[in-house]
Amino acid sequence: MVQHDIVIIGGGPAGMAAAVAAYDNGVKDVVILDREEDLGGILRQCIHNGFGLHKLGQELTGPEYAAVYKEKVKERGIKVFYESTVTAVSPDKIVTARNREGILKIQAKAVILAMGCRERSRGALNTPGTRPAGVYSAGTAQKLMNCEGYMVGKKVVILGSGDIGLIMARRMSLEGAKVEAVCEILPYSGGLNRNIVQCLEDYGIPLYLNTTVAEIHGTKRVEGVTIAQVDANRNIIEETKRYIDCDTLLLSVGLIPENELTREAGIAISPVTSGALVDENCQTSIEGIFACGNVLQVHDLVDYVSDEAERAGIGAVSYVLGENKGSISVATKAGKGVRYVLPQTVHTDSGKDTALFLRVTEPFGKVRFTVTSGDEILATAQRLKAAPGEMEKLIIPAEKLARVKEEIVVTLDELN
Amino acid sequence: MNRDLICIICPRGCMLHVEEQNGELCVSGNACPRGKQYAIDECTNPLRTITSIVRVSNREDTMVSVKTANPIPKGKIFDAMEKIRAVSVEAPVKIGDVILNDVFGADIVATKDVE
Repeated sequence: MVQHDIVIIGGGPAGMAAAVAAYDNGVKDVVILDREEDLGGILRQCIHNGFGLHKLGQELTGPEYAAVYKEKVKERGIKVFYESTVTAVSPDKIVTARNREGILKIQAKAVILAMGCRERSRGALNTPGTRPAGVYSAGTAQKLMNCEGYMVGKKVVILGSGDIGLIMARRMSLEGAKVEAVCEILPYSGGLNRNIVQCLEDYGIPLYLNTTVAEIHGTKRVEGVTIAQVDANRNIIEETKRYIDCDTLLLSVGLIPENELTREAGIAISPVTSGALVDENCQTSIEGIFACGNVLQVHDLVDYVSDEAERAGIGAVSYVLGENKGSISVATKAGKGVRYVLPQTVHTDSGKDTALFLRVTEPFGKVRFTVTSGDEILATAQRLKAAPGEMEKLIIPAEKLARVKEEIVVTLDELN
Repeated sequence: MNRDLICIICPRGCMLHVEEQNGELCVSGNACPRGKQYAIDECTNPLRTITSIVRVSNREDTMVSVKTANPIPKGKIFDAMEKIRAVSVEAPVKIGDVILNDVFGADIVATKDVE
């Protein structure tokens, strides 16, 4: 069995940024394992622009953002195992992978989980109807079109208004397809506002809220779909059923962190984020195993994935070098209007300002976030609007954190 | 002129308000100078960056992703797409290589390396 100080599973934006941060902070023996033949992960198929404004101060496409980090990995001589699929991570940090040469076993001092997420499928939705060709998840269609140059259809309906669905509505329109409708079962879109403007409005594509696909028609190929409005309990309203002629249905109905390895290792998972429970250094319930990026929580911006991965990388370095990151910890909790708070535990004696990341339960207008512990207010922040599709970040100053004895709660109040 | 816009420059998506005062466009709601420029462009000459792909002729099933090096007039998007679709390129390609010159005021450049 070979040995490495830090083993990173996944070479997407999270894995690359974690590797670079670990290297730059003092642990040189870092390796990345990736199942693909190239680094970059999901960014390889995200050819649209809008990446990197926060992190790199320039507007890049996905492949360009990935290239910036690939270059950093290469410059540092960080070893990458390509086409190597990790099949197990043990609690004592033995990573098992399979590639063309056979089985690879690595004893790591620290492991960073950066496996990303995958798309929810039609099976998860229980959409009635036949099983014709022409039903794709939006990300699969994106890969076929952008990496392989294969046009997936000409008349398209998209179910789900997450960012990938919106991006694909524009992409297919640009390539000459007619996107008939984007249907969203919720009363609001989970996508970014800017994507509704530049991907739908620019191309005259209608967005139907409180609407779902009630049935898929066609035997060999999709011939059409029946869409319908839903009531407050998400039950289909029969009289609103409407047939749309189309040859393709794209599903953009949510992302699920890919945590099979995490579960098998016995790491505690949050039922809300579907990712590991972590502290402020992204350390999971098993010491020395860290998680970052979409495998930890589904992000809307890659820039924040890179930031999170840097924290995980630095956390792993501290663990390997035996540095003290604090010994007293308290839990965090999502209060009124907040769906989740991450990290789920925070060290109060770390001596550092500590960021909390959270998502709200539904769209709000002007709001104030308040972070409290017992009677003490640790931080407040106002926003002109808040939406579930946009992650919020609140910072607790170190000196206030040092006095914390009880659970930290984040609540939201609507302002007029 | 009196328009409400959502800024598309960055994911923050600021809600912008544009008003004409004494023949000048006044922008509010923007968090940064790029938002002001976006609002003025959007009301006078709306611009968009276009991204697409171009086939690599000497590699099997390989596409190279491309973009307009700067935004082009919104009304020219489909004309630009037609020009992009008509070309192919030979590997090796480097990020930033010009694939097509001056498509409605912007070069079409590669956004991916193909060896």
